[in-house]
Amino acid sequence: MRSCRVPGRGRVDASRPVGFTFDGRRYQGAAGDTVASALLANGVHLMGRSFKYHRPRGPVSAGSEEPNALVGTRRGPGRFEPNTRATVQEIWEGLEVTSQNRFPSLRFDVSAVNDAGYMLFSAGFYYKTFMWPRGFWDKVYEPFIRRAAGLGVSPTEEDPDTYASRNLHCDVLIVGAGPAGLAAARAAAVEGLRVVLVDENAEAGGTLLSEPQVRIDGRPAWDWLADELAALKGLGVRIMTRTTAIGYYHQNMVGLCEKLTDHLAQLPADTPRERLWRVRARWVVLAQGAIEKPLVFNGNDRPGVMLAGAAQTYLNRYGVRVGDRPVVLTSHDSAWYAAFDLQGAGARVQAIVDTRPSVREDLLHEARALGILVKLGHTATATSGRLRVKSLRVNPVQGGQVGSPVTIACDAVLMSGGWTPSLHLFSHTQGKLAWDEAQTTFLPAETREDCVIAGAGRGLWGVQAALEDGAARGREVAAALGKDSAAQAPRVQGDRTGTGVTQIELPTDLNAGRAKAFVDYQNDVTAKDLRLAVREGMHSIEHVKRYTTNGMATDQGKLSNINGLNIAADALGRPQPQVGLTTFRPPYTPTTFGALANYHRGDHFELTRKTPIDAWAEAQGAAFEPVGQWRRAWYFPRPGEDMEAAVRRECAAVRSSLGIFDASSLGKIEVIGPDAVTFMERMYTNPWAKLGVGRCRYGLLLGDDGFIRDDGVIGRLAADRFHVTTTTGGAARVLNMMEDYLQTEWPELNVWLTSTTEQWSTVALNGPNAAKLLAPLVEGVELTEDAFPHMSCAECTVAGLPARLFRVSFTGEIGFEVNVPSPMAMQLWDRLWQDGQRYGITAYGTETMHVLRAEKGYIIVGQDTDGTVTPYDAGMGWAVGKSKPDFVGKRGLARPDLVAKNRRHLVGLLTEDGSRLEEGAQIVFDPKQPVPMTMVGHVTSSYHSQAVGRPIALALVEGGQDRMGQTVHIPMPDRTIAATITGTVFVDPENTRLKIEA
Amino acid sequence: MLLIHCPYCDETLPEVEFTYAGQAHVVRAADPSSQTDAEWENFLFIRSNPKGPHYERWRHLHGCGRFFNAVRDTVSDRFLTTYKAGAPRPDLSSLQGDRT
Ligand SMILES: [Zn+2]
Repeated sequence: MRSCRVPGRGRVDASRPVGFTFDGRRYQGAAGDTVASALLANGVHLMGRSFKYHRPRGPVSAGSEEPNALVGTRRGPGRFEPNTRATVQEIWEGLEVTSQNRFPSLRFDVSAVNDAGYMLFSAGFYYKTFMWPRGFWDKVYEPFIRRAAGLGVSPTEEDPDTYASRNLHCDVLIVGAGPAGLAAARAAAVEGLRVVLVDENAEAGGTLLSEPQVRIDGRPAWDWLADELAALKGLGVRIMTRTTAIGYYHQNMVGLCEKLTDHLAQLPADTPRERLWRVRARWVVLAQGAIEKPLVFNGNDRPGVMLAGAAQTYLNRYGVRVGDRPVVLTSHDSAWYAAFDLQGAGARVQAIVDTRPSVREDLLHEARALGILVKLGHTATATSGRLRVKSLRVNPVQGGQVGSPVTIACDAVLMSGGWTPSLHLFSHTQGKLAWDEAQTTFLPAETREDCVIAGAGRGLWGVQAALEDGAARGREVAAALGKDSAAQAPRVQGDRTGTGVTQIELPTDLNAGRAKAFVDYQNDVTAKDLRLAVREGMHSIEHVKRYTTNGMATDQGKLSNINGLNIAADALGRPQPQVGLTTFRPPYTPTTFGALANYHRGDHFELTRKTPIDAWAEAQGAAFEPVGQWRRAWYFPRPGEDMEAAVRRECAAVRSSLGIFDASSLGKIEVIGPDAVTFMERMYTNPWAKLGVGRCRYGLLLGDDGFIRDDGVIGRLAADRFHVTTTTGGAARVLNMMEDYLQTEWPELNVWLTSTTEQWSTVALNGPNAAKLLAPLVEGVELTEDAFPHMSCAECTVAGLPARLFRVSFTGEIGFEVNVPSPMAMQLWDRLWQDGQRYGITAYGTETMHVLRAEKGYIIVGQDTDGTVTPYDAGMGWAVGKSKPDFVGKRGLARPDLVAKNRRHLVGLLTEDGSRLEEGAQIVFDPKQPVPMTMVGHVTSSYHSQAVGRPIALALVEGGQDRMGQTVHIPMPDRTIAATITGTVFVDPENTRLKIEA
Repeated sequence: MLLIHCPYCDETLPEVEFTYAGQAHVVRAADPSSQTDAEWENFLFIRSNPKGPHYERWRHLHGCGRFFNAVRDTVSDRFLTTYKAGAPRPDLSSLQGDRT
């Protein structure tokens, strides 16, 4: 492999070779190289295939704006990253790099036939195709697109790396450590101001790294840079490299992603791969420079066609000559210097082709002195070369007429269409842009943030201008923070400034409709696509963008947005500001999910709440299910039992003798105060004023719209104290709702609300033997039918532990809920478990609880209700205190829709063939009606009932309470099931089983 | 991320400590039963959607737990002022928002 390294050039350390592989082949680069610079140093331009047409592509830039050179990188098992920009990724010994979007190989790709199908994939392709016959889509298009399109493949293994996050508060955050940022830092670092300077590159310096010819304060740029960085550190400036400002959020919060290990051959111990910083800065200085614009012409995407500034960076920063016989194609002065630099580095520049009819005399003079052919007033109309550009076809343009072509042999085309200020971050927080007609670009205008822009970001060109503007902005910010800064910018010699003109797609003598003049390289959008979109009626830039996908790839249109806008504006015949610019959104560059998630992964992704009984249940081999944030024991299988068998056994045990259930996750709210009863009267549907101390009642909570929100048993422990229970998932919501009404509607009520869910753990005992087990353990209450009837509550002692004892039943059997302080819950459970052995005590989980309650027709809020169910719909009109003047939801219940006929009612369903229905299945009255059928309800709960000896179900059915005994139908994919409407109580409708026998 | 001033804690704190709680000054009638269907519908469902200053309720959920009111500009997202629940609506013409 031929070396394109230029001895004595660049900042890479040629004495420290670094080996890496690309598609399995071994290459050697130098310390300081990126993947792109190292491959270019080996003469490799072909680095990937494009997204849609699979066209061969090489790097077009040398920075984070790169749309083409996306690669996969691997560092052993689990450490694979797709879509890494080769222009940013630093090489290290052993790095494995693979190309993407190619099959079977990068040099020969079968899907490149897409390229031949160019006309098929034009603008709006996806939208148009979706409207074609569906069968065509399934059989032809989708398989084709799936194989053909797509970026790199997702990693399949779990990421073994760790990611961190930190907060940082500072006085001044400066984004971009080029000349403007450095000067701003120097000016702002006065009188103890905390200044942070960040840059996405591996080293600070920005353009200075690519412009060694500049002399600053009489010294070579790189010497000045090294001293200046040392001086800034000495002033206390925190300099963070490999750190990208990914997003600018309200009130000067900036997100940074710091890459810590991706450039290292050996991973240091205990170091995160990346760290996400949340910076809150009093002032922000954006010194992000500008991004060079490609020229839009037929064949502008072949490997070897790249931005002129990138070629300069490869030469001056990395010591790589990107071509021996380059052609420069430009509409801006800056590319002329690229020609001069390459010529000076041993290349033979074939020509400088400028679209402008005249250019500055000094440029012409220097080109002549270097013996470079100059073609002014020319356009480029084609390139040749399959895997690397071989020639450029250029034509003179005179009076709008494209003349005869000349073909120039070359091995690189270095293009420049001028420069675009990088204002992505500025736009993230609604910074307004103003169109600058002279520069044909948007410049920053107002922002509500405490933010200033320095240097090329506001259209100032050259190192001197950047340094001066940076210093001025730094002084401005220091002054705003009450500090006096006198810093002045140093003097610059050898600066290169220039101007240019803005081009839309270059004029051509060929068929423009067949031109592959790319605007968005990554999404393969051409000038023709944009014009087609406008012709097809897309008149807003937002529509053009979505129709063509211009600017919607992972580079967010860093190279393509402004060219896209200029072409769309031309097609629309309207000036650019009237067409508008699409909105930039965070993140500035693709950011790993790892960095965004940082610590919140695995066990820390979401907390799992466990009851004090959880460890016991786990030791018993329980299966668990998540309920809200809680992990609850679902069922307790014995060896050889599946879920169904375990639940049958658990159900039978409760109905025949005794079951024990961990109900600790039930929400609990203590309502205390002189006005507690008034508050309860207003919150819940039920009447509470007459509920005696030591009694409890099933409470129903509605929204003011009249629909059921939550339910639970509520005990009155004292005249001014209620123990409220809520559903497991509803606890926080109910407390919020109570607080809302208490604080904002009834602030005059003297009531305190306290969540006690975590403080009390609840053990439920259910079954004919429940009272027998519990009675001997209880002190202070006699557990007889007379002394402690159903729906009683008491503060007492159970097994020697302070307890709140409730006699309630969610199963239809004799039931108790024993609340003890959570640290004592396991002690209580152990004692009950031990003493219960004589009754064959059986632990049951949530599934059995669900079956047993369904057999009794007790609802689960959120399962049998869905936010549109009233107490009357649910058959619980008895829970509504109709004589109360007001409660939350009372007026709502009188709304016209809620009193209308034919509402969906909760009913029981028994299938005629004895099969078990699926929860969620839709119900119809007439199974013979044409599709789509009129759906009249759905199945909400369905179980096999051990007690009834058949499956039972609950369902919401239109007018169900008036349709008892009628048949409804449940159409399923394979058959239609008939079911009879019944009442909701399947077991012991007279509640005889609740009585404790004397 | 916004910074929000809690009028009870009298501190300016990050948005993550707070939750939004809907439009402010939507009064629940003292006697809802006397409300017409149209009035009750208005109370339950009808909300303003201004481009500009919006009266809204926030709660310092992960702090003092109090509900309070705010005027926020829906264009800039910024808070123009916050005030205690029960306090009268501030005069919009006197508000110009914090720059920080
Ligand atoms: Zn507060």
